[in-house]
This record gives sequence, structure tokens and C-alpha cells, in this order.
Amino acid sequence: MRVTCTVNGTPRTADDVWEGESLLYVLRERLGLPGSKNACEQGECGSCTVYLDGTAVCACLVAAGQATGRDVRTVEGLAPEGELDPVQRAFLQTGAVQCGFCTPGLIVSVHDLLARVPHPSDPEIREALAGNLCRCTGYEKIMDAVRLAASEAGTR
Amino acid sequence: MGEFAFSSDLWADDMLWGATLRSPHPRARITGLDLGPALRIPGVYAVLTHEDVPGRRLYGLEHVDQPVLAADEVRYQGEPIVVVAADHPETARRAVAAIGITYEVLDPVTDPEAALHDDRAPRVHADRPNLLRHVPIRRGDPHAAAAVVVTGEYEVGMQDQAFLGPESGLAVPAEDGGIDLYIATQWLHVDQQQVAACLGLAADKVRLTLAGVGGAFGAREDLSMQVHACMLALRTGRPVKMVYGREESFFGHVHRHPARLRYEHGADADGRLVYVKARILLDGGAYASSSGAVVANAATLGVGPYDVPNVVMDAYGLYTNNPPCGAMRGFGAVQACFAYESQMDKLAAALGLDPVEVRVRNALHTGDRMPTGQVVEGPAPVAELLRLVQSKPPAGPADFPPGGTANTTHGEGVVRGVGYGIGIKNVCFSEGFDDYATARVRLELVGGRPAVLVHTAAAEVGQGLVTVQAQIVRTELGVDQVTIAPADTAVGSAGSSSASRQTYMTGGAVRAACQAIRTRLLDRTDGIPDGLRLVDGQVVDTDGTVVADIAELLGDEAIEETVQWRHRPTQALDPETGQGDAHVQYAFAAHRATVDVDLDLGLVKVVEIVTAQDVGKAVNPVAVTGQIHGGTAQGLGLALMEEIQLVDGKVRNPSFTDYLLPTIMDMPPMTVDVLELADPHSPYGLRGVGEPPTISSTPAVVAAIRAATGAALTRVPVRPEHIVGV
Repeated sequence: MRVTCTVNGTPRTADDVWEGESLLYVLRERLGLPGSKNACEQGECGSCTVYLDGTAVCACLVAAGQATGRDVRTVEGLAPEGELDPVQRAFLQTGAVQCGFCTPGLIVSVHDLLARVPHPSDPEIREALAGNLCRCTGYEKIMDAVRLAASEAGTR
Repeated sequence: MGEFAFSSDLWADDMLWGATLRSPHPRARITGLDLGPALRIPGVYAVLTHEDVPGRRLYGLEHVDQPVLAADEVRYQGEPIVVVAADHPETARRAVAAIGITYEVLDPVTDPEAALHDDRAPRVHADRPNLLRHVPIRRGDPHAAAAVVVTGEYEVGMQDQAFLGPESGLAVPAEDGGIDLYIATQWLHVDQQQVAACLGLAADKVRLTLAGVGGAFGAREDLSMQVHACMLALRTGRPVKMVYGREESFFGHVHRHPARLRYEHGADADGRLVYVKARILLDGGAYASSSGAVVANAATLGVGPYDVPNVVMDAYGLYTNNPPCGAMRGFGAVQACFAYESQMDKLAAALGLDPVEVRVRNALHTGDRMPTGQVVEGPAPVAELLRLVQSKPPAGPADFPPGGTANTTHGEGVVRGVGYGIGIKNVCFSEGFDDYATARVRLELVGGRPAVLVHTAAAEVGQGLVTVQAQIVRTELGVDQVTIAPADTAVGSAGSSSASRQTYMTGGAVRAACQAIRTRLLDRTDGIPDGLRLVDGQVVDTDGTVVADIAELLGDEAIEETVQWRHRPTQALDPETGQGDAHVQYAFAAHRATVDVDLDLGLVKVVEIVTAQDVGKAVNPVAVTGQIHGGTAQGLGLALMEEIQLVDGKVRNPSFTDYLLPTIMDMPPMTVDVLELADPHSPYGLRGVGEPPTISSTPAVVAAIRAATGAALTRVPVRPEHIVGV
């Protein structure tokens, strides 16, 4: 089948898509956007988090066909080419990235959190990110990153 | 962001996808195999079995005992039997499902105790006994008696490394008949050596390049899909990508050895240890992997960071038909630490002593001897680390009650407890292993400015090694522009990114190469006295006066040095007494955990963890605290939730739905104190950082739960039913 949707503001088309493919597979393997990650492909780890019509979802749980005609925004599309979103910058500044495999999904989840709650409390951060697994950091520096991104210093 | 290519992100024109048929049985004979139905599926390009392995049909890190593809018998659930290449991953999966295979199912050996003692237990490998390795250690008087004796039996479940980036890679056939493999691994050269042997190719025909590694923690020491992808690529003449899904990943790598541990501690009336007797059984599963070294670690580190005059220790590694076990962060020291720290708490209780006090009274100091007779050289701040975590203010209220936001309690039935743990870990490879790292460093002018290119085969697995290499160059050569070339096998081996060794070893090699370059560069400064340093592109003397410009000294002639760097040698253990200077360096970390426990539901909320660790020198302080946080989290996971659950050798929970990892809700705030007590033997005085924090957080969390509940808790992970006693 053919899947046509808007990805990071640009209309994209994928042909010969098998009906069982996920949005994650189409992004990674057909549209050249491997930023969204394939850690569990069962919606447990959040590594593939993308926006679908403005809502943060696990791309592995969205059938590719469901994305037809819809607006997808991935980690690659959070900031203009060559720039970093404040959330991305905060992750780098605080050392919240170790192996980096969970990072793209966390970036999108934090981006989504701060869009909804610009100044979250620590419990609000923890609850919002409970669906994003990280195996390297123990989350301490991820907390730092979110706090920084939510602060004035982080948004500048 | 999102532009760094992990091994599962790779892509090539005309590429095929690989998939693997695995055994559903822990032990069976293969009685029939029909590949026809798979071969007839359009889009399938190759279906290969053990008969298609071009070279050696077995591989292995310590013993070459593991089939690339099973021949007649399968020895664990998930063992690979057939590999397929197809034009779409779903086609490959369907081809795997279409293969006709029949088994004669056999009774598996799943109890390591039976594997050790029961002569009627079948042999996992017909040609050798089920005892894989026994490491005895004898120190002092084996019959020493003591005023106070505490005994205990403990059990540690099978933990998984659960890196997030699944096993994956891309094999590309080359025109010279060789293969280029882009792969996530911990040690490129040990992969190269094994892959070349199994493909029947010379090592220079098998070229490996490190792809982005999504975490490792020991699980990438052994081969997974490396040989399979190369076989499929060589057979089809096309690039082949293999990416395990999460379920397959649980079968695709070794795990942490589950353990049964029996300890007896004898102390005098003041709480000073007179003796420790221990017996440790480690279930190695179906193949050896690195079990031998894990057994040695459990034995040699098995009494902990304590000065014990009399030790009778026996550690055993067994073959069973359970999943193979091998390296995981902490490597044998984790299992022992849960038991010996539980024992120290028991001893404290028996003597009416504070748990920290009893540890401090027995703490190892510089100059003391380990049970192996090895003298602990360099700083051993065991007592200091314990006092440090004890001195922190008590934890405040928790963000969440046990049960999180699930509203299971509003504080009724919730009690608090505090517990301590301290551990010891060896750094670098032990027992006489020829452990080295290679670095090639080149200083030259680029655009008129001095620039450095560093080339090693060392695996960046998320620990921050790329940054550390650049830091070392900037420190040694005073050059700002540093490029770290991709890690590959075009340069000599760096050894493994494991055993907390890579900053020590590759860092040491890069530093040595830089020092050799500096010597050659300064040789060009005729007549200028010693004591020169390289700073900000210039040569400065002891007063800080600029005496030359690096660019001018260098001119058009690059200086390149390749250095093979070794740590000081170690010795084998005596096979009967376990005596010997087997380890390079010891590292220590201590934890204090504070927990809230819901007594009605058995739910635990870790409120806070305080950590202190001696790192010798924090080369990269941000990365060091990151390692300590992450290691602590993996230890908390083992304490509370992480276990591969087995029934008759079969894995019951191969998914992130059922194998629980700590989430950000499970992790408490962590405070970290880093000591920098220089080791006289290591580069910059540094001490390996990665593993120690994983070792002692587990017993600290369990001790805190015991303190809160009074439950005995002899097994990890602790389950709610252990707490409420149902």
C-alpha cells in the first residue's frame, strides 16, 4: 500500500508498504529518519516517541496506514536544520546522554511535557517520563536536564 | 539530534534482512529439518544451517564450545539453528516460521546443585563434566573457631543487561572475498578473531567497524548475530542487516549468573572477623562464555572489602540447560556482595552493633592482604566511604508513597528503613591475562594549525570514552583540535570495554602515544631546558614563558606514534589454594539506601540513595557521576524487580512488559560523593568507575527493607510476597 503523510512539515510518500508495518518502521526504514528508536517495539520503552497530530505517541504502536493524511513530527524535526531545541541543548549540557539510545524518545517526551507544563515539579517530571526507559543514567541527570530546559537559562 | 547512527540504523542499497530460527526447547535432539517451505517463499535469498558454516563451527570467549548454529542437539531455549535472508524483515520471519523442524525433547538439567553433585544428572555436553570451573581459596586456618557465628543461605536471580539498543549490525560483502561488518560490540578484535575463524577467512579479510552502541553492560562481549549476518552476506553477495527484536534480544545474549550462596562468618566478641567460610554456585547455563572468569571474581572478591585472616572459599560454575550466562556489570562480584553484606548485617545484629560500625571494624586498609594473599596497594578507603555515606543528613519525605501514583496507600501501613552496603571490584583483566590497548595518535598541521587524530579500536558504549580520549590529548599535547577516528580493526586491539578498564587502558595508551609524540616534538627544540609543557598550541617553560610554537616546530612533518600499552602483569591463581596476585587494581563504592515499605502490600519505594566512591582521579567528572548513577540504578533493579524468570529452563518473561526495569518513578534522588585518592600505578591515578556502584546498591536497598520490616529477605530480587510473608 501507499502511505502519504506530513513528516516534519514536509509531505512524504512511502510505496510498497506492507500492511503490518508500523509508523516506526516506515520512518526508520523507508523515509530515512532513524532518529526514533527501536528498543522494544511494544510500547514499553518510549524510545520511538513522536508527535502524531500534536500528541506524543509510541510510533511502534501506530500502524503505518493509520498515519495516512496526518501530521508526524519526529525528533529530527524539533529544531531547524543545524540547530538544537532547548530540550536537546539541556540534555547535552547536563550529561543526560550516555549511550543515547533512549535520548530521542525522551527529548520528544520532555518537549511535550514542557509544552503542556512549562514549569513542572519533580513529581510531575517523573510521572510524565515514566513511560521512557533509560538503562544508563539512573535518570538523575535527565531530571537535571528537564529542570534546566524548564528554567529561563535553559530556554534562552 | 537523531543523526548518530546506531547499529540498527544502518542501511545499504540492495540490502537483505536476516532472521533466526531458535529452539523452543531447553534440551532436545533435532530429528528432522525441512528447509524447502522457506526456500520456496518469494523474496527469500538464503536459508543456512550449521552445514553452511564455512569455517570453525564453534565459538566462545574462554572455551570454544558454542555452535554458530546448532547441529544435532540444542542445549538452551533460544539456541540458533537456521538463519534466513530475505528482502523484507517480515518475509524473513515468515520463512523462519515455514521451516519444518522436529525435535526429540529431552529432560533439561536446570538445577545447578544437581549438575554439580548428582551423577545421574545428564551431561549438558557429552564430552565434559557439568562442572565448568571450581575456584577454591584457602587462607589461614581452615578450622579457626570464633565466639560469634552467623550463617546464611542466599540466592540471586538471573539479571539481564537489558541494553536498549538491540543486537544488530550490517554485513557487507567485499570484492576481495572478505566482509565488512558494522557492529555494536564491546571488543572489535575478539569479534574479528571469532568471526574470521567461523567464516574460514584470514583476519584481514574480516574488517569490523564500530556502529553506534546502544548500551552494553557486558551483554555485547559474546557474539550474537555477527557470524550469521556475515554468512548470509557472503552467500547472497548482498549486504545483510540483522536486528533483533526485544524478545529475541532476551535470547540473543548471555545474562548475569544466578547464584546460590552459603556463608558462615565467625567473629570475636568485638565483632572482628575471625573467619569466613563460603560456597558459591553460579549457574553458567548451556555454554561457557566468560563463566570461568566470573567464578574467579566471585571467589577472590567473595569476602568483600574486609580483612579476614582465615578463609575457606569455594566457588563453582556449572553447565546447565538454562540460558547461557556470562558478563554483566559487576561480573561475579555482585552476587557475592549481596551475600557477604547480608552476613555483615546479621553479624551486627548478633553483636548488637551498628551495621556501619561492624563494617568499619573489619574494613580493608592499604597493605592488608586479600584472601588470595594479594596485598592491597594504593588507597583502600573502605572505612572512609562508609563513614561518608553514614554522615549524610537523613532522607526527607518521599515524592511518592510505595505504589507510586496508583493510590494504594495514603501513608497508612508505611514504614521507613535505612540500610548500608559496600563492595569491592577488580579493574582490568585478571589472572595473568595479557591485557593491552593500542592507540595511534598523529599530530600534524591542518590549515596551518596543529591538529591531532586519534585512532583506536576501543568501543564507546556510552561511558564517554570518546570525550575522555580527546581530553587526554588536549591535556598532554596542548592542542585544541582533536578528532577521534571511528573505532575499527584497521588499528590494533584496544581490548574490551568491560571490567571498568577502558579509560585506564585505552586512556593509558592514548596518553603514552601523546607522550612519545611530545618527546619527539621537544627534541626539535635544541638547547632549551627540561620541564617544558605544551599548552594552547605552544611550548612553555616552567615559568609559563612561551619558548616555541607547536606549529613552527612541527612544520610540514607529521609526528605519528602507535603504542601498545599494558597494565602491570597479574598472576594465575594457584589451582588448589587460590593464592596469587591475580588482580590489577581494586575499586570500592558504598551506598546508603532509605526506603518506605507498604507492609500490607509489600511495595517498596526507594526514597533516597547516597553513594560514595573512590575513583582515583575523575577524568571526566560528569561522566563519572553518570556511571555511578546508572550503576546504582542497575543494582536497585536487581534488588527489587529485575529477574529473568525460568520454569524448566524456559524464559517466562522475555519482554519489557514482564522483565521490569527501573523507571524514573522507581529511581530516587541520588547524591554522590567522589573521592580522588590516586592509585600509584594507573594513568593519572584513576580507578575504574563503571562497575563498583552496581555492586553495593543491591545489598543496601535490601538491608533498608529488612530494617523497615524485619523480614529475612535472603533472595533478590525481593518480591512483595517476601515482605508480607504470603
